[in-house]
Amino acid sequence: MADLRTNFAGIKSPNPFWLASGPPTDKAYNVNRAFEAGWGGVVWKTVGDPIINTTSRYWANDHNNSHVAGFTNIELISDRPIDVNLREIKEVKKNWPDRAVVVSLMVPCTEPDWEDILVKVNETDADGIELNFGCPHGMSERGMGASVGQVPEYVEMVSRWAKKHSNMPVIVKLTPNITDILAPAAAAKAGGADAVSLINTVASIVSVDLDTMSPLPSVNGKGSHGGYCGPAVRPIALRMVGDIARDEKIAGIPISGIGGVGTWHDAAEFIALDCGTVQVCTAVMHHGFRIVSDMVDGLSNWMDSKEYPTIDSFRGQAVPNFVRWEELDMNYELLARINQDTCIECGKCHIACEDTAHQAISMKRTNGSRTYEVIDEECVGCNLCALVCPVENCITMYAVENKKPYLAWQDDPRNPANAAAAE
Amino acid sequence: MSHPDIAAGRRDAAGYAELNTDSKPPLNSGQAVIEASRCYYCFDAPCVEACPTGIDIPGFIGKISSGNIRGAALDILEPNIFGGMCARVCPTEVLCEQVCVRTAQEEKPVTIGLLQRHATDQFFATNEQPFTRAADTGKKIAVVGAGPAGLSAAHRLSRFGHSVTVFEALSKPGGLNEYGIAAYKVPNMFAQKEASFILGLGGIEVQYGKALGSEITLGDLRNDFDAVFLGMGQFGVRALEDEGAELGGVVPAVKFIAELRQAGDLSKLPVGRKIVVIGGGNTAIDVAVQSHRLGAEDVTIVYRRGPEQMSATGHEQEFAKSDGVRIRHWAKPSRVIGEDGHVTGVEFERTRANSNGGIEGTGDTYELPADTVFIAIGQMFEGTPLDGDSLDGDTLEIQSGRIQVGEAGATSLQGVYAGGDCVAGEDLTVQAVEDGKQAAIAIDQYLKG
Ligand SMILES: Cc1cc2nc3c(=O)[nH]c(=O)nc-3n(C[C@H](O)[C@H](O)[C@H](O)COP(=O)(O)OP(=O)(O)OC[C@H]3O[C@@H](n4cnc5c(N)ncnc54)[C@H](O)[C@@H]3O)c2cc1C
Ligand SMILES: Cc1cc2nc3c(=O)[nH]c(=O)nc-3n(C[C@H](O)[C@H](O)[C@H](O)COP(=O)(O)O)c2cc1C
Ligand code: SF4
Repeated sequence: MADLRTNFAGIKSPNPFWLASGPPTDKAYNVNRAFEAGWGGVVWKTVGDPIINTTSRYWANDHNNSHVAGFTNIELISDRPIDVNLREIKEVKKNWPDRAVVVSLMVPCTEPDWEDILVKVNETDADGIELNFGCPHGMSERGMGASVGQVPEYVEMVSRWAKKHSNMPVIVKLTPNITDILAPAAAAKAGGADAVSLINTVASIVSVDLDTMSPLPSVNGKGSHGGYCGPAVRPIALRMVGDIARDEKIAGIPISGIGGVGTWHDAAEFIALDCGTVQVCTAVMHHGFRIVSDMVDGLSNWMDSKEYPTIDSFRGQAVPNFVRWEELDMNYELLARINQDTCIECGKCHIACEDTAHQAISMKRTNGSRTYEVIDEECVGCNLCALVCPVENCITMYAVENKKPYLAWQDDPRNPANAAAAE
Repeated sequence: MSHPDIAAGRRDAAGYAELNTDSKPPLNSGQAVIEASRCYYCFDAPCVEACPTGIDIPGFIGKISSGNIRGAALDILEPNIFGGMCARVCPTEVLCEQVCVRTAQEEKPVTIGLLQRHATDQFFATNEQPFTRAADTGKKIAVVGAGPAGLSAAHRLSRFGHSVTVFEALSKPGGLNEYGIAAYKVPNMFAQKEASFILGLGGIEVQYGKALGSEITLGDLRNDFDAVFLGMGQFGVRALEDEGAELGGVVPAVKFIAELRQAGDLSKLPVGRKIVVIGGGNTAIDVAVQSHRLGAEDVTIVYRRGPEQMSATGHEQEFAKSDGVRIRHWAKPSRVIGEDGHVTGVEFERTRANSNGGIEGTGDTYELPADTVFIAIGQMFEGTPLDGDSLDGDTLEIQSGRIQVGEAGATSLQGVYAGGDCVAGEDLTVQAVEDGKQAAIAIDQYLKG
């Protein structure tokens, strides 16, 4: 049995699965249920001066019959008084000593405001704090959330205040609504933060109602932009995590991966890119806390099958393979192959390649049956046909044994820069 | 007719192979993932409630979707150690799949049975023994019968750390899994492989050839063990009482099925040409389809009421008909006709429903020619094993031919529990497994005082 225990910037939990700050963690009732279900930790719903929410708060988009491919919300931070939240946090931590309880915080951008709340949080015996610099709507207009997270100098300044006034590990939660994620990550590190977590939600309009012409979710005919999350944002989150994990100056800072985690497999991908824990919000809002059962035993079974005894034994293993485009092997050659025995003659590979790629899949009709074949000379090995084929393993990509050595773009004779040099 | 037309070798090799081939082929991995994605992952799901063993169906299907096959299989085997057998033999169309919310939405349930089979098959292929025993408690428990009820109880009791001795009348484990279930539901020796997996836990000793009532008595078991579980099924066969029932060629269906299941070489197993099956349950369907597949030309099931009253599900009736078996309703046998001591036909009297819910003969009769008549009008509880016991004045209460039980299989005798076909309730593999499990939990509690 694999050992799933984690120690994240000094915060211990029995498994790397934490609930992200949000509705699932907004009071003791939910958090107790989450811990009963087996979650390793929670980041409490962001605590700060209570706000008022609108009704009609969420919307989702579906893709090909799959519900909630992406999810959006226009909620703000906690609507409950600070002292009620902090009292419940203290009680929950006392009852669940082996689980991680992290307090997410957002207050106006002045040192006295931060000092005031941090001193109170110190009394809760929680395991850590997370600075919410990420919320893209509602709070940022008030000078908090993403409006702080988008300015590296502010990130560094508030991180420093937090380290000064808190007796707990400090996690800085980063917003993805920025061009270069390395800037705020470096700022957090410079400010002394113990860890970063990412991503918070992506500023978005998820859909427009074509009858009322209102963005959704609609509040009495009008909609504002919301924060997008769920499976659709996972690739964006993975890339930002990867950027931080491989950066020479920032690498090594503990990362809590967030964004579209719904299964153990998703979590393992974040861990392979060096995350020490993952956080989940949308998937539990979609299915309930019970999904942690598959996360825990799915990850453990997979680790056993790969003989990874601990989380740390595979953490970050994909980072060295996440390289810049210039470092890819220009001599590597793939070709597609269609298994005629399993082909169902849907024609999708043909039309995709014919209309949008390299006209490398021929189509023959004999007595009503169709045969699709790869024209090797035309195939550029792009993977498109294999991706659109609905039959598992019917189209496979295979590497041509061309016996050519590794060749980076800078050394490739086809690189115009080299041609110029040779002249 | 000089001699009855009963012969072996009616079919070619491919024909016999068909008998030992899955009537419902398993899903491959791609199909399983597509099918799993149809599950809505309902909360408080109706299917879970409809499964007698309460398997977390949406949970294990979700795990198939995520590629966590081991987790899926253990979610099945934890509440139901016969999860592999149940995936093959449960009449899912009247259990979990009947209540699938997709049935209401689009009349096509998620094929839960096939997904369950997929997960357990993949897991069994790893040969892993996932369960462990708790520390030895020093308690000894006797289990009578190595069928689904007995082995389910034995497995759970052994996991609790108790030492279990199973007394089995026959020479192999499995009960009707091994001797009764249709061959095309459990090809490739699955019943024996599954029994080995269950016994592979350890802590369970099976003594074969030990029948309660002959080699052992209930009184002995009560004296020698801390608790007793009775899971001996219903091995008695209800006989036809009509004139001619003693003729050669009039055979209990379960006896023929047992011979078929144990036949090493099906081409050596003789079968009639014209077969009449009397009854309306699973057993009637199974004996009809299997004798047809053995090469019988003409197989007719005759049932005394209509299709709705048959205990074989609509799905099973359709399956038999599509296999070439004829089903005639509303007639009961009045006389078995024979020549030289062997059956040549059966005379039936047409029936109709009467006003008080029963049936009555109409007086109108017809004859069906037959060289074999299979009787499938129910099994009964073999009462003899419990007769003549020295129970020190205590009595084991029996009601309508079944051992009477209360909560979790407790009988009228202290420390004696019973479950499966020998008690009242649905005669299904999955119910026997649940009975054994619940009794084991109750015995564990009882022993802890
Ligand atoms: C032909 C047929 C087809 C069926 N098909 C299906 C199906 O497709 N799906 C389904 O769910 N159910 C089916 N059933 C019903 C199912 O097989 C039973 O409900 C189930 O096997 C009951 O389990 P059990 O452990 O109570 O009894 P059994 O399986 O009958 O096992 C009892 C065991 O006790 C042993 N035993 C009996 N008497 C004694 C004694 N005196 N001393 C010691 N040992 C003894 C027997 O040898 C046997 O091993 C079918 C039944 C029959 C007859
Ligand atoms: C309804 C809702 C409310 C949220 N509230 C907060 C919050 O108060 N503080 C915070 O840091 N993040 C908040 N988030 C963002 C989540 O913590 C998380 O970063 C984001 O949803 C991405 O993860 P996911 O794809 O698993 O949902 C909220 C998300 C949702 C859907
Ligand atoms: S999820 Fe609950 S709170 Fe939200 S709309 Fe439905 S009932 Fe109301």
